[in-house]
Order: sequence, then structure tokens, then C-alpha cells
Amino acid sequence: MSAEPNPGEALSDFALDSSRQGLGSMLRDFRTRMKTGDLGSLPAILAIVVLVAVFGIARPDSFLSALNLANFLEQAAAVIVIAMAVTFVLLLGEIDLAAGYTAGVAAAVLALRLQDDWPLLLCVALSAAVAIALGLWTGTLVAKLGIPSFVVTLANFLIFQGILQLLVKEGGSVRIENGIVKDIVGGALSPTLSWVVAIAGVGLYSVSQLSRRRRSDGTILVSLVAARIVGVTVLVVIGVVVLNKNRAFATADNEIRGMPYVVPLVLILMLLLSFVLNRTRYGRHLMAVGGNSEAARRAGINVVRVRLSAFAVCGLLAGIGGAFLASRVNSVDPNTGGNDTLLLAVGAAVVGGTSLFGGQGRMINAVLGGLVLALIPNGLGLVAKSSPFGVEIDFGSSGVKFICAGLALLLAASVDAISRKRTS
Amino acid sequence: MTVDAPILEALGVNKTFGPVHVLHDVDFRVYPGTVTALIGDNGAGKTTLIKCITGIYPADSGEFRFDGRQVKIHGPRDASALGVEVVYQDLALCENLDIVQNLFLGRERIKRGLLDEGSMEQATRETLASLSVRTVKSVRQAVASLSGGQRQTVAIAKAVLWNSKVVLLDEPTAALGVAQTKQVLDLVRRLADSGLGVVLISHNMNDVIQVSDRVCAMYLGRVAADVPVTPATRREFLVELITAGRSGEVGIQGNEVTL
Repeated sequence: MSAEPNPGEALSDFALDSSRQGLGSMLRDFRTRMKTGDLGSLPAILAIVVLVAVFGIARPDSFLSALNLANFLEQAAAVIVIAMAVTFVLLLGEIDLAAGYTAGVAAAVLALRLQDDWPLLLCVALSAAVAIALGLWTGTLVAKLGIPSFVVTLANFLIFQGILQLLVKEGGSVRIENGIVKDIVGGALSPTLSWVVAIAGVGLYSVSQLSRRRRSDGTILVSLVAARIVGVTVLVVIGVVVLNKNRAFATADNEIRGMPYVVPLVLILMLLLSFVLNRTRYGRHLMAVGGNSEAARRAGINVVRVRLSAFAVCGLLAGIGGAFLASRVNSVDPNTGGNDTLLLAVGAAVVGGTSLFGGQGRMINAVLGGLVLALIPNGLGLVAKSSPFGVEIDFGSSGVKFICAGLALLLAASVDAISRKRTS
Repeated sequence: MTVDAPILEALGVNKTFGPVHVLHDVDFRVYPGTVTALIGDNGAGKTTLIKCITGIYPADSGEFRFDGRQVKIHGPRDASALGVEVVYQDLALCENLDIVQNLFLGRERIKRGLLDEGSMEQATRETLASLSVRTVKSVRQAVASLSGGQRQTVAIAKAVLWNSKVVLLDEPTAALGVAQTKQVLDLVRRLADSGLGVVLISHNMNDVIQVSDRVCAMYLGRVAADVPVTPATRREFLVELITAGRSGEVGIQGNEVTL
């Protein structure tokens, strides 16, 4: 049947769509979302505020220094990128336990080709192709054969680790001499360029917020949009001012100033992926398959292809994360992408508010969660030895760091699970 | 009411699953602007018939006519292309998506390569308004936040958004409370009044008597009766058709029923 518009009369029933919302209804809406567990990235933002406050009070000189801010952003970058990779499969309710070693293998391919003096673009292309191939391999086993992704990627965890060891030879490591790759993590924009990027970023953010308001008039509160824009602007200005200070040691010959490259790189990646998820048909289908794959199938969506592609994207992004990992230490060894890399990445996505059960999550969650999980070891390392309750604890030891990161992940997963229980 | 030519006809449909003969020469007709109730006990063949009509199961023999023309239905896509939509009991909605996203799932409108949210949002409001759905606060609400009745409404709206001619509803009120059942039944009535052929599968005889124009009772894989519903139609009459395959003069007579 044809939908006859009924102007004036029936359309007014969609009260929330057409009328302007007051602060009261906004708060009510917020409370319902809290009750149903749809907290989004709120816990992550709160965690960042609390952690910064705690570590800032405990170690005001070192934690709040320009050097540590830049260092912290560089520590967080790789975890954030791999968390974005994992988010793609988490959205489907799947998991990729091998994403860390996918990053490692891609990094090893990149480093080895560079060592053989291949042109940079070719090295990057080959590394990306290998990463996508690993993702497709996982995707084929999961989507076509129907093996649970947990099992497939657990096996891949070993297989990819094996490939990485064969590539870099056990105990060895491959150094990276290429300036551009070394600068991904570690290089910085000039102070002037930092301001240009910052202003462009804030401008873009404001435009997106305002246009969203215009598209669905009334549903978003004016004062809230204004508050968000002002808040982001203040944070960015403070950040750039601090980063533009010289952060080199007093004895060093050269100054280090400006925004690290990783900041615009991560943001561009986040914007690009968010755009794909929110504004394209592919993104919509991905969310639908994650929410209810049977409904998606009946709606004519090729569920197998969506699953397969999500693993391929996950592989590619993990590969990019691998380049970040390699760039940070200027080399690739058999542990690149190993240790706690994968756990931190999955943790980052979940801490940020992405559901382990599929269908719920955004790219910004990976960024915020990655910041939280990078803040914990960064701050603890600076607090180092102290005796808060008369017992001396070395907060800088990796034991304490692991335990704290693990607890943060458990906390986030509990929030996720409890909210699931409440809604169903 | 005046009975037009049927919009959808299934004639002489037989279906067996291995040794089990599930449908015996079933004739079933859907008329435009009419609610046809399909009733019968569990295992009577209602669901099998619906699945044959929508092409999920191939029928062993029988003929399907749409608008008087003979048609071949090989799968759900063929049925959709004819304008035959089914709302299954499990609704098949994505709870994490909002109403607009669910309505257009798989058939999103695209403008310059990107999702055309504005146009889809507007079309959703118009469709819901044309169905006189007044309980939804915002078309941007996630389905997870909707009540059972509202979800049923969304599922039905999804079926009629595509210029469908026939809508088959599988127990739409089974899981609903009293007030929500009334809302959904009102909606079922409005669908028929707007010219669609509606098939209502239900176990609730009160619902059937309340909204249906015709009732088709199935008994052990056969059509026991295909009769109009009048103000004189009694609940007991329908129950006898379901449990015994006949009621007085109406229904399957004698011992012709064999398994």
C-alpha cells in the first residue's frame, strides 16, 4: 500500500521528532538509557577524568608534563588502532584473538621489505595485502565453514605467532631505518601545523554537531551541543599549548615541540571508519547482522559476505596497528603484537562501551577505551614505588599494571553483561 | 460485504514431508480488503501452507494464482516481488537499530552513495501515520526500547512499506497484553480497510471473530471449512471446526479423513 502523508495531523504524534526538547526530557531520556544499560562511552570518559585526576595529584610534575602527554598519546595509538580493528568483528558478536599477531606479521613484512630496500609504497601495500589475507583466512573459516570465531582465532593466534617467528627468526629482530615509518610514532607536527590541525579538527567537529542538530531538529538540545563544542575546544587548546612546549630533556641538543603525528592519524582513521559505519549501506548491514543475523538474512542481506568482509577489514586495520607498533620501537621482533597487545585492544573496545555480544559499539569507543587502558600503565609507572597503607607497593611493576588493566576490563565487561540482562 | 475476485489463490496444494502427507488438496483464497483468518490445531498445516505460499517450501503439486494470473513462487524474493509479505511470530527485527533503520533494512534509500536518512525518516513517519500508529514517540527510538505491541506494529509497517498487496500475519497477538492486542487488531482491520488482503493466523477465537471477514479452518492437512464470519458466528462453532474438523452441516463429513 502507498503511504499517504497526512500533514499537520498524524505527524504530530511523533512528539520527540518534531518538538524541541527541554532539559527535563533530556535528563529523563538519559535516565532510561542508564537503566537499560545503554551507557555508551560515558564510563570511559568518567574513567579518564578520574585517572587523570588521581595520577595528576599523585605525580603532578611527571604525569602532567608535556613529555608525558606526548609519550602517553604515542603509547595509546597502537592499542587504539588495533582496538578499532577488533571493534569491527565485535560489532558482529565475533572476536579476533589473533589481531595482535596479525599486526605483528604485517609489521614484520613491512620491516623485512624495507630492509631489502623495496620502495616504501610497495612495502606498505604488501604489508596491507598480507594483513587483509590473514583477515580473509579467518573470515572464510568463520563465515563459510561456521567454526566459532573464538576457536578459529585461538588457532590463528598460534599460527600467526609461528609465522611471525619464522619471519624475524627466533630471538632476532628487524630494525627499521626508514625515516617515514620511524616518524609515524615519535615524529611531531611543527607547532604552527599543530594549530592548523587543531583548528581544522575543532571546526569539523562543530560542523558535524551542528549539522546533526539541523537534520533532526529538536531531538538534540542546543545547550548540549554548545557545551560539547566548548568542552572539546578547551581540551584541544590546552592539549596543543602543552604539546607545543619544548619537551626535550634540558641536556638535549634539539627541541621537541608539536602535536605527535599519531593524533591526526588516529583521528582521521576514526572519522573514516565512523563514516563507513554510520553513513553507508555496508555499515548499516554490518550493524544489522550484529544485532540479529536472522533478521538481516530475511531482509535480503548477504550475511556471509558481511561477516567475511568484517574480518578482512579487521585484518587490514590490525596491519596498520602493526606499523604503529613497529614504529614506536623502530624494530620488529617475535613479540611484536604479542604479550598484552590483543588483550588491551579488546579491553579498550569494551571499556569504551562496545558490546561483546554484537550490534552495539562505535569507533570513538575504541579511542576512549584505548586512552583509559594506556593511562593505567602510564600513570602507575610514574607513581612507581609508594607505600599508601604502610605497605610498600611497586605500582610501576608489570604485575600491578596487568592486574589493574585486567580489573578495568572486567569492570567494563560486567557493565556490558548487566545491561544485557536488564534489557532482555 | 461484496466479495471481489481473490487477489491470491492457492489451489489443490499437496505437500508431503517424507511419509507424512501434510497438505491434502488445499484450496486457500485471499481477497483484497478482507481479513481471512487461518485457524487450526497445532499440526493442522497452517504454517506449512503459509510457507508453500511464500516459497519457503516447494509444494508437491498445486497451482498459485495472483490477481488471476498463474504464478510460480520459488522463494521469498518471488513472493516479495508479487507484493506478498509475511510477518513471522519472531518478528525479525534488529533490536539495536531504530525504527527507521529496521523498516528500510536491506532496501535502504541511497543518495550520492550514502544513506538518505532524511527521506527514510520522513517515509517512516508517513507510513506509521497512515497506519494511524500513535504510540511511537520518535521514529529514531531503538527497537529494544519498544513494547511488544509497538514491535509488532513496526514489523507490520515494515511489511506494508513496500506497496504490498497481501500481508500474512503469524499469531500477531500471541505474546501481547489486552491493550496491546487491541491496538494490533485495530491495525489489522485498518490494513484490510485500506485494500490489502490480510491473512491472520491465530489461536485466539475472540480475535478471529472480532476482526475477520472470512475464516478458513484446517483440520489434519485439509480445509475443513472456508466460510464468511457473520455476527452470528459463534466461538464454539470455530472450536469444533478446529478440534473435530466439522460442526453440524459444515466441515468434513463422514470418515473421509485418513492420515
